[in-house]
Amino acid sequence: MTCDEAEILLHALIDGELDAGHAREVEAHIAGCAACAAQLAAYRQMSQEIAKADLRYAAPPALRRRIEASLPKSLLPKSLAPAPSRRNVLRGFALGSAVSALAATGLVAIVLRADDEQRIMSEVVSAHLRSLQAGHLTDVISTDQHTVKPWFNGRLDVSPPVIDLTSKGFTLVGGRLDYIDARAIGAVVYRRRQHVINLFVAQTANTERRAAKIETIQGFNIRRWSDRGLNYWAISDIGADELSEFGEKFEAAVQTNSEG
Amino acid sequence: MQPSNAEDPDRARRFRELALPYLDDVYTLARYLLRDASDAEDAVQECYLRALKHFDGYRGPAMKPWLFAILRNVCHAEYARRASAAAPSLDDLPEPAQQAPLWREEQQTPEAEILRERDAVTVRRLVEALAEPFKETFVLREINNLSYREIADAVGAPVGTVMSRLARARAMLRSAWMAEQEPSK
Repeated sequence: MTCDEAEILLHALIDGELDAGHAREVEAHIAGCAACAAQLAAYRQMSQEIAKADLRYAAPPALRRRIEASLPKSLLPKSLAPAPSRRNVLRGFALGSAVSALAATGLVAIVLRADDEQRIMSEVVSAHLRSLQAGHLTDVISTDQHTVKPWFNGRLDVSPPVIDLTSKGFTLVGGRLDYIDARAIGAVVYRRRQHVINLFVAQTANTERRAAKIETIQGFNIRRWSDRGLNYWAISDIGADELSEFGEKFEAAVQTNSEG
Repeated sequence: MQPSNAEDPDRARRFRELALPYLDDVYTLARYLLRDASDAEDAVQECYLRALKHFDGYRGPAMKPWLFAILRNVCHAEYARRASAAAPSLDDLPEPAQQAPLWREEQQTPEAEILRERDAVTVRRLVEALAEPFKETFVLREINNLSYREIADAVGAPVGTVMSRLARARAMLRSAWMAEQEPSK
């Protein structure tokens, strides 16, 4: 791999867009190239800073009300609805700009990971909702991490870290097997006051660390991050700031455990 | 009241469930693209009107890139309007960083929070100053959290183009960021 290629692909590495094989290739190049390694470190740090700074805007409540109010009234009979299909909508404003040299090199074809992040996010929301209904929050009920962790053994191909954060204000209540993306996945369940936090943990081929991002879907906050070959999704109806606090404390504890 | 299509209530409900959860995302993109709060509001409202109109042609699965694609269309029309009205160029618009941040209601602000907000204001300003099409690629990836393929869908460009734009965007942001941190003279 040349430095020119690595310079583009290291971004895909940071973003978790590389499949495992190519992630290794980029990592191999970087291991032997101080210049690219420095680039990677700098960009990774920048990504983390950006993830930390809250750069999103909240839509003003008045705008939300206006749009909601316009919904039922603006429903036109079908015959009046204009024709353009989604395809046309998408095509209509292609910038017509240069297809980059990169596209021509064929690098693109190798890059994309197979999963569809958004689809998985909505499955995370569904799994969280399911867990709140029908009294199926936990398969193993215990506030003891040494009971919950072994319970997962033999049930999953990966042993999720189970960390008691009770002293930090997040009570461990148990664990559960769940299904996301048609795979069995570990869910570690915490409580913050009366609110449930589900922490879903799944194995990933990509060992790259991905800094946390918070998204809001259907009123739930989801904090997603990756570390040491595991993907994490923490979901709850607590505020984004409290969920961040949970994630930071969890990550810090994982860090301490692996050092200690 | 005109008699409405029997499917309409259901359609409105589906639209509301699918599209409204992304209102903050759409508004965020509009703020970065237009750099003006009230223009952004107008654009978002227009975006949702158009989305509703075209909703029958929508075939999932990813609602977010679809809404972004429509919003871009609206924003490009707005660029054209500004240009033809000989409006002040984008650089002359009031500095959005000066406006009250909308992202959280203030209660009491501990020191760490103040620092974080100051950082956020700086980073927002630097991101807003990026040139197109690098800015939108960057915002879609870093702030709206789209995958490369979803960005490609939303902007109607090949994934390779998305990748090279993102690399450029990050390089530009990084140098702007470093310039910012040097003591000003």
